Formats: sequence, C-alpha cells, structure tokens
Amino acid sequence: MALEKADVERIAHLARLGIDTDDIADYARDLSGILELVEQMNRVDTEGVEPMAHPLEMAQRLRPDEVTETNQREKFQRIAPRVEAGLYLVPKVIE
Amino acid sequence: MHDKTIAELVAGLKAGEFSSVELTRHYLDRIERHDERLNSYITVCAEHAMRQAEAADRAIAAGDAVTLTGIPLAQKDIFCTEGIRTTCGSRMLDNFVAPYDADVVERCNAAGMVMLGKTNMDEFAMGSSNETSFYGPVRNPWDAEAVPGGSSGGSAAAVAARLAPVATGTDTGGSIRQPAALCGITGLKPTYGRVSRWGMIAFASSLDQGGVMARTAEDAALLLNVIAGFDERDSTSADQPVPDYTATLEEPLDGLKIGLPKEYFAEGLDDDVARAIEAAVGEYRRLGAQIKEISLPNTSLAVPTYYVIAPAECSSNLSRFDGVRFGYRCENPRDLEDLYKRSRGEGFGAEVKRRIMIGTYALSAGYYDAYYLKAQQVRHLIREDFVDAFKEVDVILGPTSPSVAFNLGEKSSDPVAMYLSDIYTIAVNLAGLPGISIPAGFSGKRPIGLQLIGDYFGEARLLNVAHRYQQVTDWHLQVPESFAE
Repeated sequence: MALEKADVERIAHLARLGIDTDDIADYARDLSGILELVEQMNRVDTEGVEPMAHPLEMAQRLRPDEVTETNQREKFQRIAPRVEAGLYLVPKVIE
Repeated sequence: MHDKTIAELVAGLKAGEFSSVELTRHYLDRIERHDERLNSYITVCAEHAMRQAEAADRAIAAGDAVTLTGIPLAQKDIFCTEGIRTTCGSRMLDNFVAPYDADVVERCNAAGMVMLGKTNMDEFAMGSSNETSFYGPVRNPWDAEAVPGGSSGGSAAAVAARLAPVATGTDTGGSIRQPAALCGITGLKPTYGRVSRWGMIAFASSLDQGGVMARTAEDAALLLNVIAGFDERDSTSADQPVPDYTATLEEPLDGLKIGLPKEYFAEGLDDDVARAIEAAVGEYRRLGAQIKEISLPNTSLAVPTYYVIAPAECSSNLSRFDGVRFGYRCENPRDLEDLYKRSRGEGFGAEVKRRIMIGTYALSAGYYDAYYLKAQQVRHLIREDFVDAFKEVDVILGPTSPSVAFNLGEKSSDPVAMYLSDIYTIAVNLAGLPGISIPAGFSGKRPIGLQLIGDYFGEARLLNVAHRYQQVTDWHLQVPESFAE
C-alpha cells in the first residue's frame, strides 16, 4: 500500500504530530515501505482464528471499588510546564 | 574489581575485602575515564550512588544486608527513578524528573543495590542499534565503528565495558537479547508478566518486559531474584511464585531436549554466526542434551506482525506526551492544536514519529480489520507454533541475531532493513515467552550471541541451560581490550 503525501498529512493530524512540509515526502516513502513489509501478513489465511491480545491466558484482574490512591497533586504538578491554582494551563480553547 | 562477577563481589563485600563505597568509587572512576568514547550513560548519579553505598556498608556491618546489598548497577533510562531525571532517550522527557520509582527500581533499592546511573537507549525503546537516542549513539565496546545493538544499547555496552557489573534493560522485540548478543554479554527477557511494568515507560504494553543484562547467567539469576515478582499496580503482572533462580543453575543437562527450528537456519543467517551456533550445539550434545529439529512455520510472519502491533500500541501509549502535564512543551503555542502538534513534532525523533504514524494508520477507521485485527490473529498462530514445539522439546536454540554488530549509520536510513535485525527475537515477545542470549563466539572483533527460548515461566531452566554452557566455554569471560584497565 503506497501512501501519498495527503495520507501522511491526515495520519499526522490524527496523531497530532507536527511534521515539516519538507519531510512529508520522506515519511510517505518510509511508511509505504513499512506497510509493504506488513502486507506479508496476508500470506497466511487466518479465517476463524481468534485474535490474541494478551500473551498469556490471563483475564484482566479486578479489584474492589475502593479509594486506594492519595492525592499527590502538588508533587505531580511540580514538573508541569504551567500550572495555576492546581490547574494545568494551556492556550485558550474556547473562543 | 571490575573483572569479578557479582557472585565474587558479594563474597568480597561479605568478607570485608572491600567496601561498597570503594566498589562504587571504582565504577564511578571507570565511567569518568571511559564513558566519553562509549556514551553508554545519559545520567551518572555519583552523589546518590555514594549515599546508597554508605547506607549499604552500614547495613552490611549491622548484619542487615541481603544478597545484593552494596552491589552497583545501572538502570536503563526507561525506568522512573524518583527525583532523578528519566529521559527514555528522548527530547520529550529531557526535563522529566520522575516523581516516583518504578517497581523494578524500588526492588533494587530495597535490596540495597547502588545505582550508578541511567543508561542510554534508543528513543522510547524504538530501535535496534541505539542510534535513535536524543543523546547520541552508543558505541560497541568491542569495535568503536559498530553499534552496540538496541534499544538497551547503553546497558549492554556498560556491562560489556565493565562500567557496571550488571544492568537492567527492557525488551519489546529483542531489546535486551539483541544488544546482549552484539556486545558479548548475557541478557534475559523474562516471561511476559514476570517483572512489573509499573514505572517502566510504556512502548507496547502487550510486549514490553523488563529484564537483566549481566556477564554471566549466575549474575543474571541473582538480579532476576530481585526484580521478579507480582505487583498489584501492574494489571498485567503475573501472580506466580518466584523461585530462587540460582538454586537450579548446576542441574545436569542429561536428557534435556533442545529444539532447533529449521526456519532459524535458512538464508539470511551470517556464515560465522551459523558456525558458532553449530559449535555450541556440539557443546550441548557433550553436556548430555538431545538435539531435535523442529519447525516454527510462521516465523517469517513475526516481523510484519510485530510492526503492526507494536506501533499500534505505541501510538496509544505515546498520546500521553502532549506538552500539558509534563515533559517537553513547545515555545509560544498559538492554540491547543499547535501546542500538541509542535510539542510532539519537536519532542519526538523521526523513528518514533514513523511508528506513531504506522500505528495510527493501522488503528484508524477502515484499516483496523485489515491491519490490527489481522496481526492479532497471526500472533495467535505464532504463539501456537511455540506451544506445539514445547510439547516435543524443553528449550529452543538458535542465533539471537542474523549477523554480528553492523556499522553505525549502515542501516539507520532504511527502517525496514533495521527491523529485520530482530527476526529471531521478535516472535518470542509476540508469544510472551522467556528468552536469553549468551555469548557464543566472535566474528573478527564482534561478538556472536546464541538465543535460548523457554516455556512460560521457564526462566530457571533457561538460566540453568545457559550456566552449564558457560561452565565449559569462556566466551562470556572475554573483555574488550580497550576497556580492560
């Protein structure tokens, strides 16, 4: 599957990745190469095969719905780029 | 001191031949003298290490020490270390001071070990050569023109060059085993779920596993004893008892059935590597093992399958790096979208961006079935190959890597060529099995690694099979000449 520049732009937008216009062609080429590698999966017929999401036959462990974490907001916000009054600051979203 | 194994260092500390402070100082000096040409450490924790060493000496004197108290180690910079910079080899986390310790780090600290520093790695563990690190490539201690392998290249190089007696690593597609092979050391990836992923920066959650990198199987067993175990903070942690991995190292191999997958000895395998593996098979016959040819028919699908699953999971895991709560934030963002795009665009390197994009594509509407779902089905088939094989044999043996270390820059411009270095290691992660790489020879100056694959939670047996080989060979005792002093 060969990707066009427009595909790369769309994917980059979905992933919120800023890509330089100059680099788009290179990414298109590299990603197309990887997809060509990946297409080899189609050599095998997987009709009726259960998809395997977990290497072991383990079910997701559950725990009682009780509060176990303590509030450590100050500690975790010490490394934030911008905080104020316990809130993380970002550029204005709503006009 | 740096030529002693951990077992020897433990004895030395106990007998009072030297202190942990002296031992730590010795390694810190070596790092200062040698690491500039290796670049295996991103952060050296000299003061922190000395404090830990002093505490270890006090514990030893008071009779409170456990086995590895006072032994220095290096932590791959993917493990969160409280109060200490944790970069994951990326600009995105260049300023990230972790607010907590990973489970692996907690266990090492509780055992009284001394952390020398955080080792260099491919960015976000994505790579097979340690060339994608924001902090520059690591060089192979055996040949400065060569890569050490990746993504745990820093840990591998540090142990090989004796800049740490032992190190932690992580392995998602081969990132412990392949650098261990390329650097001539012993590297073990445990069964998925054996070691907690809490505090281990996530790349691909169904594949990632923390493990050990050491010079001998015995040393690896000693550290695995410390880091293995159930952790309720990791929802994929296996609630399985942890045996003493050193207790069964000496078991004789009579009657052990070793499987050689015919697909691992086909084209693409370097002649020198093939010869070394053949010689190793001969050693195992002499040790009493029975050798059997087996087949893992879906071997050739492992790399394609992995390069859907791992990028898909990474695109999810790396979405948390958005410039909002921690890590890199771009200057003067115009709006929220610009904040996300430029923080991520500037914070991530090219390989990381490629994998996020492949993953995003594979999971996007209209492509999920063709790519991600298909890959999970093929994954099932790959796993079944191993389950069937282990009905006939006890361990599987083959080369770790199709070639020895390649040169810096040789594969870095062709992603697919780089991905094919992982051809023998990747299926093991897809199946969630344990695997170990041990030194088995040289091709010129560059080491050759042999891989043993075990059944689920079969680490003790793997270490035993590795140890017996190390008792009759001396590949693992070789030292790269320029780091001998």
